[in-house]
Amino acid sequence: MSKFPYSDLVLEHFKHPRNVGEMEDSDGKATEGSPACGDMVSVYIKVDEETRTITDIKFQSYGCASNIATGSIITELAKGKTLEEAKKITWKEASEALGGLPPIKAHCSVLAVEGLRSAIRDYEERHGLVTEKVPTTRKVVERRLKKVMNPLSGLDLVRTKLVSEIEVNDGKVRVVIDLPPDHQFARAIREEVVEKIEPLWDVAEVVVEFKD
Amino acid sequence: MFETSVYLDNASTTRLDERVMEAMKPYFFEVYAVATSEFGYSMGIEAKEGLAAAREKLAGMLRAGPEEVVFTSGSTESSNMAIKGVALALGKKKGRHIITTKIEDFPVLSSARALERDGFELTRLEVDSDGLVDLDRLGESIRKDTILVSIQHANQEIGTVQDVEAIGQICMDRHVLFHTDATHTFRRLPIDADRVPADLITISAHTIHGPRGIGGLYIREKTPLTKWMDGGYQEFDRRAGIENIPGAVGFTAAAELVTPEENERLRGIRDRILDRALAEIPQTTLNGHREKRTPQNANVTFHLVEGESITLHLDMRGFAVSTGSACFSRSLEASHVIAGIGGDHERAHGSVRFTLGRFNTMEEADAVVDAVSEVVDNLRKISPLGKGR
Repeated sequence: MSKFPYSDLVLEHFKHPRNVGEMEDSDGKATEGSPACGDMVSVYIKVDEETRTITDIKFQSYGCASNIATGSIITELAKGKTLEEAKKITWKEASEALGGLPPIKAHCSVLAVEGLRSAIRDYEERHGLVTEKVPTTRKVVERRLKKVMNPLSGLDLVRTKLVSEIEVNDGKVRVVIDLPPDHQFARAIREEVVEKIEPLWDVAEVVVEFKD
Repeated sequence: MFETSVYLDNASTTRLDERVMEAMKPYFFEVYAVATSEFGYSMGIEAKEGLAAAREKLAGMLRAGPEEVVFTSGSTESSNMAIKGVALALGKKKGRHIITTKIEDFPVLSSARALERDGFELTRLEVDSDGLVDLDRLGESIRKDTILVSIQHANQEIGTVQDVEAIGQICMDRHVLFHTDATHTFRRLPIDADRVPADLITISAHTIHGPRGIGGLYIREKTPLTKWMDGGYQEFDRRAGIENIPGAVGFTAAAELVTPEENERLRGIRDRILDRALAEIPQTTLNGHREKRTPQNANVTFHLVEGESITLHLDMRGFAVSTGSACFSRSLEASHVIAGIGGDHERAHGSVRFTLGRFNTMEEADAVVDAVSEVVDNLRKISPLGKGR
């Protein structure tokens, strides 16, 4: 038998990814990963407001074969499902639907699953559906910053100790990054931080400062 | 699995040349004895003579004496032997400081790191955006207790060729031993002991259509080097173990088959790939120096797309190439060479290495550029970065 690491199904989805592209009028969208860390997936969903069903879904991938194939299969698995059902789709299910993925590639392919969950979360936040309404604290902000990559190392901002300060005050979040303002990645990092913090229900303003 | 019709990963290893196989054959089936002394039996004496002739020819190409060339199991062993051998010989006498660069291949990097764990001090020189070492920096880094400078002749990934003549001169003036890894340059670019004042030169057969499992180390006469492969007295008591005579014969045959004309031809194919890829495909970056590079290496980053996806698509179309992307490597670590020339993960991610050998043609260069152009275009269409940044 062939020792090739990818199943025929993975190769098929890699070669001809389904539901690929950008969605201009999406109801929810999210991007997971960052070019600096390696792979990146964007997921866009269109949701029926009555039934809370995913009526259309698209994805884009900047990544390896596992990443592209998982992005593709996840759109097929999620289409037609309710948000609650779609939320529960796991990496394992996606992997099984593809006939198995190499375990070492888990981190590239799990991004698509996270992308889908984040897109649903984005929809819920934008439509006032977040039930628990946890107030935003430094901890909440920090947890979200763990999803922003430090392009210098490919690891996240928090783990690489680039976040020197987080302040949450009456709807205003201030994040201080330990890099000079003219750093080559300053703009990209600012954009990513704002994108991650802004959707929080009680956040009105996000300020990102650079100081080294 | 897909059928490979165009092999462009010759820096990893090459297809054996049939003529090399023919040269080796008698030493498998007819003269298969070990090399005995001249007082041994006939087949052993013949084997010894075959080995001596191979060594003499190879040494001639390096403008070295035959006893200055030791056969090893490959360039990994050669570089281990050079670096650890010098460290063992001089560590207690002269000092414990070693200088190398950030972009060396793993045998050098890991040997140096192993010594560092044993208490040696290591300076890893930075390189510029083309991959070149700053000679002034090198000069400033040499100290009283520096025992060895190990700087590659050319880089395994980006093909950049260092000024080893000047580096060797600096080391000679400062009385420091100089080792250079010439795995990717031996017979492809001029490298010999007359031209380059190196004390130790790592060479390899399988990168020039010779067999795997055989390499060499040039050791300038009187270079202090402690033997660490213990056993018998083979290889002038430098390296124990039954000699790989078919390998040595094959190595020399392979080295003889490389001609300046062939290198010129490869340079033309390389330039076709580079010129076309950089001109015809948008958002590309050349990796390595444009002129100071080996004739067989082209390395380009295709931004906004990931390397393993490119290589898999190319594989499906019959092309074998390599990438510096983390996703491609066994360790899932991005290329330390691209990082060394100041590239970020994104640059390593989309880097593709095309390395040439004897059996590649200009038509294949055009075919791979056409294919990669299409593949990159398709992948950019599905990339969230595809609109450009």
